[in-house]
Amino acid sequence: MARGGFAQWGNDLYTGRKSYPIVQKRKLWYSIVAAFSLASVLVLGLQGLNLGIDFRGGSEFTVSGTSTTDEDVAINAVATVAPGEEPHVSQVGANAVRVQVSQLDNQQTDQVGQALADAYGVDVSEVTSNFIGPTWGQSVSMRALWGTVAFVLAAAVFMAIYFRAWRMSVAAIVAMLTDVLVSAGVYAVIGWEVTPSTIIGFLTILGFSLYDKMVVFDKVRENTAAVTEQTRSTYAERANLAVNQTLVRSINTSVVALLPVAGILFVGGFLLGAGTLKDISLSLFVGIAAGALSSLFFATPLDVTLREREPKIAAHTKKVMDLRAGLVAEGADEGELAAAASGSAQLVPGHHQGQSAQPRRRR
Amino acid sequence: MLLTILTILLPFGALLAGWQLDGKSSDNPDGASLAPGLALDLQGGTQVLLKAVTSDGSEITPEAMEEAIGVIRQRVDANGVTEAEIASQGNNQIVVEIPGEVDDETVALISKAAQMKFRPVLTIGNPTPTAQPSASPSASPSASADGEGDGAQADGADAEADAPVGGQLTKDEIAEQQKAVEAATDPSDLAQITPSVQARFDELDCTDPKNLEGGGGDRPELPLVTCDATGAAKYILGPVEVDGTAISSASSGLRSGANGTVTNEWAVQLDLDSEGTKLFRESTQRLNTLESPRNQFAITLDGLVISAPSLSPGVVITDGRPEISGSFTQQSAATLANQLNFGSLPLTFQVDGQNQISATLGSEQLQRGLFAGLIGLALVVVYSLFQYRTLGLLTVASLVVAAAMTYVVIALLSWGMGYRLSLPGVAGLIVAIGFTADSFIVYFERIRDELRDGRSLRLAVQRGWVRARRTIYAAKAVNLLSAVILYFMTVGGVRGFAFTLGLTTIIDVMVVIWFTHPVMELLAKVPFFRDGHKASGLSADRIEVTPRYRGAGRISAPSAGAAHAPDDAASEPERELVTAQSVTPAPRTADDGRRMTIAERRAAERKAAAGSADATQQAQNEEKH
Repeated sequence: MARGGFAQWGNDLYTGRKSYPIVQKRKLWYSIVAAFSLASVLVLGLQGLNLGIDFRGGSEFTVSGTSTTDEDVAINAVATVAPGEEPHVSQVGANAVRVQVSQLDNQQTDQVGQALADAYGVDVSEVTSNFIGPTWGQSVSMRALWGTVAFVLAAAVFMAIYFRAWRMSVAAIVAMLTDVLVSAGVYAVIGWEVTPSTIIGFLTILGFSLYDKMVVFDKVRENTAAVTEQTRSTYAERANLAVNQTLVRSINTSVVALLPVAGILFVGGFLLGAGTLKDISLSLFVGIAAGALSSLFFATPLDVTLREREPKIAAHTKKVMDLRAGLVAEGADEGELAAAASGSAQLVPGHHQGQSAQPRRRR
Repeated sequence: MLLTILTILLPFGALLAGWQLDGKSSDNPDGASLAPGLALDLQGGTQVLLKAVTSDGSEITPEAMEEAIGVIRQRVDANGVTEAEIASQGNNQIVVEIPGEVDDETVALISKAAQMKFRPVLTIGNPTPTAQPSASPSASPSASADGEGDGAQADGADAEADAPVGGQLTKDEIAEQQKAVEAATDPSDLAQITPSVQARFDELDCTDPKNLEGGGGDRPELPLVTCDATGAAKYILGPVEVDGTAISSASSGLRSGANGTVTNEWAVQLDLDSEGTKLFRESTQRLNTLESPRNQFAITLDGLVISAPSLSPGVVITDGRPEISGSFTQQSAATLANQLNFGSLPLTFQVDGQNQISATLGSEQLQRGLFAGLIGLALVVVYSLFQYRTLGLLTVASLVVAAAMTYVVIALLSWGMGYRLSLPGVAGLIVAIGFTADSFIVYFERIRDELRDGRSLRLAVQRGWVRARRTIYAAKAVNLLSAVILYFMTVGGVRGFAFTLGLTTIIDVMVVIWFTHPVMELLAKVPFFRDGHKASGLSADRIEVTPRYRGAGRISAPSAGAAHAPDDAASEPERELVTAQSVTPAPRTADDGRRMTIAERRAAERKAAAGSADATQQAQNEEKH
């Protein structure tokens, strides 16, 4: 790739020669996020998630004395009675097949039993049906929920301490929860059955989203470490520079993280028909994309909005703006004005560098 | 450096050694194998059907089933990260699915009620039925007071559960005994041995294996007629004094002898809570004043006496830390401790069937999915080579090292602690590619940033590492935090996921510190990278290097002259600034190709700005508004 390509674009973003006003346009991003969140809440509220056997329990059929234990036979047989079902089929012992489907009414139960008996060529008496409880019951869900709550709280405390700014931590957590909400909304729209794998997928999103925000915010932290000690740029401008500087990294990371998941989802799920992995890969795909986007377009602007309410930052922003207005009023050097809001490196007033910065004696 | 290599190679060596010395075979299913163990959804396993039976014919409530499922789940999980699936079936059955083969110990672990109770001993008798109703308390030489039998194992035996030893109590018997207990001065009062109790005691045959199967459901407020777990004696016991719920924790270990030496006898140590400690102290105080055998207290498990030590005169157990010894092996002691730790089952279960089941996910479909994942991985390699050129190879190499380490650690863990790789685990590993690659991407981008600031590659690697390290540590700390919290607070699949996440995070940090960074430092010395070759990913035309003022009128740029010859720069068209407050940038070089001084550049800028002054003014105002 010659000059002017992706690498050049990265350079321009780093030096601030090219800069996208991401933080400045935050009202636009907020409305987009609000629209998506509202849509997700509506979809989840109206349609709800389609919980699978593992959560609700269902009917279990055991076909004994079969000559074949081919799983497709059972899947086809169930499909003739209840087309929407995704049965779990497994082989029990040497010549029995266990078929689990979500809860059926009595008539359907009889029909499925008959269909299975026909399909496997055995007598109806060889097919027993039973109610099976959820493997992922209330208690498991509650423990998973409390675990997640504890983890989110702990992460919030950790980030507040690490960044020494609770507003940053709040911004990250809010953005992360929005990611999960939107992912759940997309999942509900598609209407696939929610399995334990899906839940694991959502937890992974939680982790990834928080991780990505941590990386982006660390750059913001770095860029704004001494923001109040200079009067050239505001907190918002420095944060925007951070987002721009980390853009290349975010794109690279998201592509690398998404490629294997996309492979499983699109190649595996749609072309090869590997249905067993589609639930987890869909939740991961949507979640990772949402997580990476929201770090840049939602979490950082939200952080700026919140932190501009911090008295110290608010006072500093006002000071910078007043200075700029003063410069303009005086009709001062335009070059200086241009330099004001750009620049790649953190401007720090000169200070003593310590002994180590002194020239060494040559040996 | 040597330490690094050793740390990375050590797990490999351990796995190979384990494979050679303790290889996995059909008669050693717990042995080490080069292939990691797979979980239920990928490999299948054993399905154990448990049927609940009640001793008193009472209704089995859904709440009791729910509680039983919870206890069984904890007991199974305590064995390692196996991700068993447990569900209720019908009204009174529980299906437990465990990956791989299941031995008797495991079945006992999940199906035993483990209702432990402390009762005072009223009478001890020979195990055989007695004709006359006067079983002299002292006539039991064979009944060793500690319950030290011949090592027969009640725990490991079939978990066949039955009604309390000797059959159901009739209503009349219950009423009669209740009255006697109410009239009794204390739980050791012999008046509690009513004629019906005595009759049952006389009939009881403890040499009959049927009576040694145990089972919960003995009534705590009534005397109990039962056998020693080994069948060596039979007892009449008073009402329960300390219940098993008072046990706050239990552990197994070798019993320590009188003078602090460790004997080779396995025992289970109990820790009672404060209430239990108080009750226990009171009862031992009372018991040690009594004559034999009433100075003994019996520890019953599922209705059978597993130990009945006598208290020497004057001994009062005040610390609430009783120890049970008896006919334990290491395995059975550990099993009992595990059962007691997670509480007793509210119901007694009977094993109704044990079957092999196949994987719940179609293996063919899984293979297709993984194949698709591999295609995605190949694309990752292509992408990182495209982005980072030769440097991308370092990313790929680091990913390979991370993958190899993960594989080995998982294989080791599936040998050591029964870890099983499940589908969510596989998904976690696939996502881990993203997490892991991100560490390298953050690192490389930091190096590039430093190069853009005009540092030499060696310095850029040094400074870039210090800055990248901080970001990497902070972000990974969040990941590790979530993994640890989820691991300890959740059960089942989520726990497996948390385990995988934590594992890959640790390995990722290890690889970046001990592999990627040292290799990068080495590469920085290789001329190909140091001088910014076109294909190195660090070339000057990919990274615009701003010259760095080094003092005394000298300017340093790492790729001395190569891509930054003045004429080259001069011929290059200036790019537009995209910022709102942009000013037409002034040329950086004078007409003769010499770099302009700051003053000259300022002057040129002002000249250029004068032309677009109005526009600039407008832009500034917009900026402020």
